[in-house]
Amino acid sequence: MAKVQGAVTVDVNRCKGCDLCVVACPTDTLLLQPKEVNDRGYHFAFMANPESCIGCAQCATVCPDDCIEVYRVVLK
Amino acid sequence: MTIQEIIKPENKVHSRPRLLTDNITHYCPGCGHGVVHKLVAEVIDELGLEDRTIGVAPVGCAVFAYNYIDIDWVEAAHGRAPAVATAISRLEPENVVFTYQGDGDLAAIGTAETIHAANRGENIVIIFINNAIYGMTGGQMAPTTLLGQQTATTPYGRRADLNGYPIKISDMLAQLDGTCYVTRQAVFTAAAARKCKGAIKKAFQNALAKKGTSVVEVVSNCPSGWKLTPEKANEWLKEHMTAKYPLGDLKDL
Ligand SMILES: Cc1ncc(C[n+]2csc(CCOP(=O)(O)OP(=O)(O)O)c2C)c(N)n1
Ligand code: SF4
Ligand code: SF4
Ligand code: SF4
Ligand SMILES: [Mg+2]
Repeated sequence: MAKVQGAVTVDVNRCKGCDLCVVACPTDTLLLQPKEVNDRGYHFAFMANPESCIGCAQCATVCPDDCIEVYRVVLK
Repeated sequence: MTIQEIIKPENKVHSRPRLLTDNITHYCPGCGHGVVHKLVAEVIDELGLEDRTIGVAPVGCAVFAYNYIDIDWVEAAHGRAPAVATAISRLEPENVVFTYQGDGDLAAIGTAETIHAANRGENIVIIFINNAIYGMTGGQMAPTTLLGQQTATTPYGRRADLNGYPIKISDMLAQLDGTCYVTRQAVFTAAAARKCKGAIKKAFQNALAKKGTSVVEVVSNCPSGWKLTPEKANEWLKEHMTAKYPLGDLKDL
């Protein structure tokens, strides 16, 4: 069966750490950095569990700051 | 497959909309304005209207919308966006004209301009961000504020006997013969945002077909004014805002 694998990139300096992508992700791929912050002091989002991403783009769709780009491959 | 193997141009399925500028918005973390900006930018790009769309920015948190979407804009005085849009669309009938307004702008100070532009059936799109508060000025009560909702000017909650009732202005606009499309949407989930984008696209297509006034209300949040985290704000929106302001089409001719 075809398996989908995804990955996202986060524009760290645009991110405001709002957490909405983390909430929207159906596979618990994303988290906010617990300690690290960007230049403006926000705990930015990152792929904490990259292997679970399915490239559905729900995170990118709800992100108010358009930080997220999404990639997807279908493995045969 | 490794992450590096997946992150390649040929595998990209979602990019930043081309018509958004690189400016980082001044909006608070989690604010719905940013999501709606993105949808508007995508629709204008997909319809190929980059060179013939004129936006009219409001007074309110979206006052700097012109810094974020790379099209032509005019900045209107508070509440007057539909009047300014009327002039532009009459003088430039080949262009598509839209306003982007908050609830204070559209349903308080600009009520007369809004109702009369819609009643004249001006060939414009009105994008109406209803977050039930005056966000920009520090979270005062708006006409759309819910009963019981705490704001800077209703610290014990809005009371009907003192402050009147929340106004469902889109329902009023749907009654007018000049409107061809009135819908109420939201952007608090990916599914809702995708539906909202479809509504914005339909509104722009109506303007291209010269069908009259289209109104897309977006029931949105104001995490700072509501004093909630973005996640909690969206939960509150879903529970309380959509109960008073149900989502869906009010009119579609
Ligand atoms: C003529 C005039 N009256 C009052 C104000 C103050 N003022 C600025 S924004 C605003 C309300 C904004 O609320 P809304 O339209 O809901 O936008 P939001 O910030 O919530 O997106 C008010 C009353 C003003 N700038 N100009
Ligand atoms: S693309 Fe889908 S699965 Fe991957 S991080 Fe975003 S929301 Fe989660
Ligand atoms: S939704 Fe966007 S701004 Fe918010 S935490 Fe995620 S990437 Fe950052
Ligand atoms: S005050 Fe409210 S509406 Fe304005 S940017 Fe902040 S969250 Fe958004
Ligand atoms: Mg408002």
